Amino acid sequence: MIDNFLELTKLITPATLVPLFPLIGFLLIALFGKQLNHVSGWLASAMILASFVLTCFLFINLPGKSDLNFELFQWMKWGNITLSFGFLIDHLSLVMMLVITGIGFLIHLYSIGYMHHDEGFSRFFSYLNLFIFFMLLLVMGNSYLIMFIGWEGVGLASYLLIGFWYKNDAYNDAAKKAFIMNRIGDLGFLLAMFFMLFYFGGLDYLTVNEAASGFEVGTLLITSITLLLFVGAMGKSAQLPLYTWLPDAMAGPTPVSALIHAATMVTAGIYMIARSNILFAMAPHTLDVVMWVGVATSIFAAVIGMKQNDIKKVLAYSTVSQLGLMFAALGMGAFESGMFHVVTHAFFKALLFLGAGSVIHAMSGEQDIRNMGGLSKYIKITWATFLIGTLAISGIFPFSGFFSKDEILANAYNGHTLVWILLSISSMLTAFYMFRLFFLTFSRDFRGTAQQQSHLHESPWTMTVPLVVLSVFAVIAGFWGLPAVLSENHMFANYLAPIFADSKEIMRAHPHVDHSTEWLLMGIATLAALISIGIAYNFYIHSKLLPEADAETKGLSKWVANKFYVDELYDKLFVRPMMVLSDLFYVLVDKLIVDLLVMASAWIIGFTGRTIRLVQTGNTGLYLFLMVIGMMVFMLIQLVY
Amino acid sequence: MIQANPQNWYLVLSTILFSIGVMGVLMRRNALIILMCIELMLNSVNLLLVSFSAYAGNSEGQVFVFFIMVVAAAEVAVGLALLVSIYRNLATTDIDVLSKLKW
Repeated sequence: MIDNFLELTKLITPATLVPLFPLIGFLLIALFGKQLNHVSGWLASAMILASFVLTCFLFINLPGKSDLNFELFQWMKWGNITLSFGFLIDHLSLVMMLVITGIGFLIHLYSIGYMHHDEGFSRFFSYLNLFIFFMLLLVMGNSYLIMFIGWEGVGLASYLLIGFWYKNDAYNDAAKKAFIMNRIGDLGFLLAMFFMLFYFGGLDYLTVNEAASGFEVGTLLITSITLLLFVGAMGKSAQLPLYTWLPDAMAGPTPVSALIHAATMVTAGIYMIARSNILFAMAPHTLDVVMWVGVATSIFAAVIGMKQNDIKKVLAYSTVSQLGLMFAALGMGAFESGMFHVVTHAFFKALLFLGAGSVIHAMSGEQDIRNMGGLSKYIKITWATFLIGTLAISGIFPFSGFFSKDEILANAYNGHTLVWILLSISSMLTAFYMFRLFFLTFSRDFRGTAQQQSHLHESPWTMTVPLVVLSVFAVIAGFWGLPAVLSENHMFANYLAPIFADSKEIMRAHPHVDHSTEWLLMGIATLAALISIGIAYNFYIHSKLLPEADAETKGLSKWVANKFYVDELYDKLFVRPMMVLSDLFYVLVDKLIVDLLVMASAWIIGFTGRTIRLVQTGNTGLYLFLMVIGMMVFMLIQLVY
Repeated sequence: MIQANPQNWYLVLSTILFSIGVMGVLMRRNALIILMCIELMLNSVNLLLVSFSAYAGNSEGQVFVFFIMVVAAAEVAVGLALLVSIYRNLATTDIDVLSKLKW
């Protein structure tokens, strides 16, 4: 007993406590939410803060290459396959953990203000803590199995939070859509795991990487495994063709959009590919697929984003587009650039979403940018921080988005000219629609109702403090990874170098671009962004254009405004046939065969009962007579045999 | 003692007794008589068992007889109790009157 207890206490290390705190927070709030009432918000935030502090502790105390890889307990064992539950804390997972707990804490704090009037206050925070727990599990696990647990768990939390206002049917549909689309991707992940288990004999990263190095580069097996993994990433990270759930996921409360559908969960796919970098490096064909899917998604979503009028939908499409950019980077083998963009994107996109939440809060729930305008006068802090976020995502020097995007573009220029052109166009579009959003929301005159105008107010400090902190990081995060021309030492890339060292060797990475080219690329990128901003300024400030009402759009812009009718296409291609098929099976199999069998057996039993009960006349003499007959029958049988 | 008579005699006697019992059960209307006839049937079987047991030199048959006697005693107790309560309710023991238990 005492031995067991000591054994248990040995498991409590800073690393295990990091995911434990949010789990405890979830359990406490889920069980005692009613009693805790508004304390639950603070409790949840405190739990994440504790995790964040511990993560910082790990970040400082994890020296050099010595990763923390330990097994908590053995989970299952059969044959020569052992699956254990363990954690791997290395530089890659630490970066993700910092983002998750750091931004997670700020968003928890923000939610205290944002959700203050909601009747589901405690429920909201229990879900948020649950999400952080699973997300930490996803990035901290030392095997694909643990990652998969987290992967499914964040899917669940995402489902619960998208459908948080469950009384609205449309929101419930959005939640179901997100869950089902993710399931399609998860199937790919699951199949990849079966392959790995079968051919590599294990699921932890060390076993898989070791076993994989026994194969040749470009083998069909590795290619299929990586493709299946990428299908999983497509679902979770909203890439073509599985991206349609993310814009709909904006049905959830805005802090959820910021935390789950912008900063952390949707980057799980990128983390997964970065984690499997050796596998992917050995499958050049898959890398090409990843790159082109990323590029296509980036452009496609950016084009749709230009015509959206819902403040959150614009940000949602921009998230899809930025995720595409990250996948393009991964596809080019620039894993550290992709991860760098994950980090900077987490800061400025969380900032933008929280800013959008603050705007919606000020506008009493209005989300259509056509009914906003002139808000810079009323909500100054939100305006300033939103401007910083917009500049960062547009890639203006020296905001963080500039450095990470420039790095990806430089990588593209270095060997994939067409990709470079396409991604530059996508970046230009991004700068355009973000400033379109910014100008329409904050500049010119107020276009809402008088009632909304009288109600305009800056958000409480719990909401503005996270905005300010995030905007600081949106400015300075880029300096963690200065390009070669500005600094000898790319800190971020060096930090992650040990993780990607082997895959770089396999891919025989291209030499770096020389400095003059890099200056030129940076100049082109900045110029392109400035031109886009200028066009947006010309349209929406100078010419005082307004996006037309939904009914008035026509031609190409109607196609774009309706998201190229992809949802309708999926509806026709998959949803309807599925419905028809289920109707068919309902009539053919359920009604005709199953129901017939059940009803027939019931009828036969009923008929027999009705007939045989006639024998029971109530006449005792008859019973006795039948009894004697029966005895004689038995005797006859006895005689015959 | 039992072996003093040929075995056939026992067979014939018990068959006659059994048939009388069966006929009584089938022909009589009085529930009390029917019960007595059932006892007759049981005892005819007992007689058969005892005689077989004696001829085969195996005591198992006699054990069975004791068993049947005990069960029959219990059965009679229950049967008579039922009869008494039927008589109290209907003032008759005619089985043709007892025809309420049916569909």
